[in-house]
Amino acid sequence: MTTRPQIATATRQKSESIPAFLVIYLLLGVVFGIVLTRSEVLSWFRIQEMFRFQSFRMYGIIGSAIATAALSIALIKRSKLKSASGETISIPKKELGSGARYAVGGTILDLDGLLPAPARAHSLS
Amino acid sequence: MSTWLTAPWPWYIAGPIIGLFVPALLIVGNKVFGISSNLRHICSALAPGRLEYFSYDWRESGLWNLVFLVGVFIGGILAAHSGTPNEIAISRETRVALVSLGIHDFSGVAPREIFSWQALMTLRGFVSVVLGGFLVGFGTAYAGGCTSGHAISGLANFDLPSLIAVLGFFAGGLTATYFILPHLL
Repeated sequence: MTTRPQIATATRQKSESIPAFLVIYLLLGVVFGIVLTRSEVLSWFRIQEMFRFQSFRMYGIIGSAIATAALSIALIKRSKLKSASGETISIPKKELGSGARYAVGGTILDLDGLLPAPARAHSLS
Repeated sequence: MSTWLTAPWPWYIAGPIIGLFVPALLIVGNKVFGISSNLRHICSALAPGRLEYFSYDWRESGLWNLVFLVGVFIGGILAAHSGTPNEIAISRETRVALVSLGIHDFSGVAPREIFSWQALMTLRGFVSVVLGGFLVGFGTAYAGGCTSGHAISGLANFDLPSLIAVLGFFAGGLTATYFILPHLL
């Protein structure tokens, strides 16, 4: 029983480099790229529509995404599930500090109008 | 089935699917969903010198995320080439507002008048892409995350720092929309 955490770390370091896991992350990424495109959340036009409060669409997408994720996290925490890579699932808490860096960094980040990478790839190709 | 794959998805389908990436990554490998850490991982892998911020084992903590990002690019390209290449159906009011700012090309996901190789040579194109890119890089590093990490993962985990960051995103976006774009375009 006492050796268990060590085993977990060993599996972890191993699983990071196992190609099977990397293939799963690649495939999840592919699906996510399709979702970003089909949901149109990467569209500069949709983002402008959101910041001008002229459609519910973006708020509906972000809101239901957060609700789904929050519900899933609550269920995972409750069930004390282990990941397929053998770790106990935990989400590290972010350190608040004065909070200023989140406000300042967040504001600066979005001065460009929130254009994710795939949109750049599309528009520059 | 084919229209389901090629047509834009309604918000109540798209939102929950995006949200499911959070538990999917946790269940596969105890990974917290996010995109912008990749900027740091790439710097850690490529940047010369020994900056403390970039001195960590990017393979151990970031390889999965870089692979995920490569997947996002592939998925984006696949989706862009399989869908009907039409204009995104934004509301009439938004279209009118953008036309009055001087945007006339509504095809694709971003106006070619700002985001294209040709536009890169213009002042507005250069400011939007190069200066904007710098702001995105600085902002994500300073705030410790972008929309995916803070708005989706962070808010779903009820993190106060993420709520502050998201309010910041919104303040920045509104500033860009109402005070910068009218001067830039």
